[in-house]
Amino acid sequence: MLRLEKRPNPSRFWLYATPVVAVVLTMFFGGLLFALMGTNPFAVIRTIFWDPLFGEFAFYLRGQLLVKAGPLILIAIGLSLGFRAGIWNIGAEGQYIMGAICGAAVGLAVYPTENRLIFPLMILAGAFGGWAWAMIPAILKTRFNTNEILVSLMLVYVAQTILAKASTGFLKNPEGMGFPGSRNFSGYPAAANPELIAGSGLHWGGVAALIVAVAAWVLLSRHIIGFQIRLSGQAPRAARFHGVNPSRLVVLCMGLSGALAGLAGLFEVTGPAGQISIDFNVGYGFTAIIVAFLGRLNPIGIVLAGVLMALTYVGGEMASTNLRLPAAAIQVFQGMLLFFLLGVDVLTNYRIRMAKGG
Amino acid sequence: MDFGGINPVILIASLMVASVPILLAALGELVTEKAGVLNLGVEGMMIMGAICGFITAVHSGSPVAGFVGGALGGAALSLVFAFVTQVLLANQVATGLALTLFGLGLSSLMGQNYNGIKPPLTGALLPATLREIPVVGPIVFGHDWMVYLSILVVAAVWWVLKATRLGLILRAVGESHEAAHALGYRVRLIRLGAIAFGGALAGLGGAYISLVRVPQWVDGITAGAGWIALAIVVFASWKPWRALIGAYLFGGITVLQLNLQAAGSRIPVEYLSMSPYLVTILVLVIMSSGRGRAALNAPAALGQNFHATR
Repeated sequence: MLRLEKRPNPSRFWLYATPVVAVVLTMFFGGLLFALMGTNPFAVIRTIFWDPLFGEFAFYLRGQLLVKAGPLILIAIGLSLGFRAGIWNIGAEGQYIMGAICGAAVGLAVYPTENRLIFPLMILAGAFGGWAWAMIPAILKTRFNTNEILVSLMLVYVAQTILAKASTGFLKNPEGMGFPGSRNFSGYPAAANPELIAGSGLHWGGVAALIVAVAAWVLLSRHIIGFQIRLSGQAPRAARFHGVNPSRLVVLCMGLSGALAGLAGLFEVTGPAGQISIDFNVGYGFTAIIVAFLGRLNPIGIVLAGVLMALTYVGGEMASTNLRLPAAAIQVFQGMLLFFLLGVDVLTNYRIRMAKGG
Repeated sequence: MDFGGINPVILIASLMVASVPILLAALGELVTEKAGVLNLGVEGMMIMGAICGFITAVHSGSPVAGFVGGALGGAALSLVFAFVTQVLLANQVATGLALTLFGLGLSSLMGQNYNGIKPPLTGALLPATLREIPVVGPIVFGHDWMVYLSILVVAAVWWVLKATRLGLILRAVGESHEAAHALGYRVRLIRLGAIAFGGALAGLGGAYISLVRVPQWVDGITAGAGWIALAIVVFASWKPWRALIGAYLFGGITVLQLNLQAAGSRIPVEYLSMSPYLVTILVLVIMSSGRGRAALNAPAALGQNFHATR
């Protein structure tokens, strides 16, 4: 019989090796799934993981990679701060939507004024929108001890109905001939978020993601708040004796993750999406949860994980057009990855031993 | 006897039908949590139950087989959660989220060729003469067998938890796994059973959505019902009969807002359709604060993994 024995300290080797093992396992079992569905698994894996980087259309797809990775990294870094402290904000999708609506509303309110201050103002409004939406579960948690998981998730559904109202009602394009959706920001230079270098796919969202990653790394490894976050997650009792104020930490972590999700939404809606529409959000807020764990809740890891997850999006789209792989298969693939990651993680904290006798 | 275009008898009858999925899922999760396991994957298990039940019912032509298939689908997915959390000792919150993301994807993959198909009909259980009695007929006798089953499950769960040895063991495992282990109970095996039971009930509830409530298959058909079921467990302070009240309350709000939409109310549709979620938040706030203090009644070992050192 095999038996698990707790390690005195987490293994450093497995800490870094588990994401790699999880990716390999996912490729293997994902391949099996694709084979069961009657597609050639090797072709699919190649299309997802190789072609966007080095294939025939890589010059275009590499740019798409950054477009998708930017919001994922921004949201995941915010989430990882809370996850480390045991604060579970899983409503990032809602904060992403509200950030986009608030930011876009500011831009559309002053249309068609041209001023260099408009875009920075929209960025502030976007971050504010996400922050405010995340403050609802945070304050309910600190004041009334309400479960933040359920409240933040319920607010995703509320945000989606507000989004529907925005795109068919109060933010609808008055010159849109009755079609739902706001004005397109690509026709409004002061408020648009264009590619910074043509063909690179890099827009302000990608730049923000890199800045935030570095800032989060500094916060976690060099700042007292980062220490408090790590302490609260690993030893809540010790944190209380150390004088950490749990309520302040909840408000801080939820607020930061909400603001970052809001930023991601604003950059998406002014850039790649172009306009507020009923379905401009594509679930980045949920996929970012996978990214956060895949990156081991570490800012640098999250950047790598964000790029990898973007690869599955871009490659998955390729596979669905070229190989007729259903789009849902990629979602299954991403879910599988999180499972394997959480499962393989047992090796970080436990040793596998042969049990002696009964 | 109408109020603003809404007939109260029909309203009560239809809220009983509307609340079956969340009631079943909440009862399953209640048992799982009583054993000390927090499975946040209810939404994923429900939607797997919805698609498995739908496929089984369409191919066999029998709604009963469909419900069995739905329960099996939900239970099968919950076993993945059980393996990762109980054997590989992963964090239950994260694994539950993974279960939901995975379930949503897998159900949409399985259901691709089932859009626009009608499932076999689940009819009323009792003869028409009983159903035609005014007021009492539609409310008490007018339902399909799943509505009665869901109430029976409430009674059964209540009785097992309160009055049987099995219930006592389950609660012991959920309150203090160390003590239960020291008494010789197999903590992880009992939890595995509780997780599978929760999965089966969530799957059953999901199947009710795709076979009776909607009845057809569309992606994301559960639309947050699993999360509302999780909230109902908190609302019910882990007590089965209160879960029934909670589920009927939410079912009532859902039906009422749909009726208001149909009756052409002046409140915009968007605000009506967000009302069940807002009420859920409101109820959570009331239950978690002040004298309600639902959290005090939570199983003491909820969400903690058990690793036997000796």
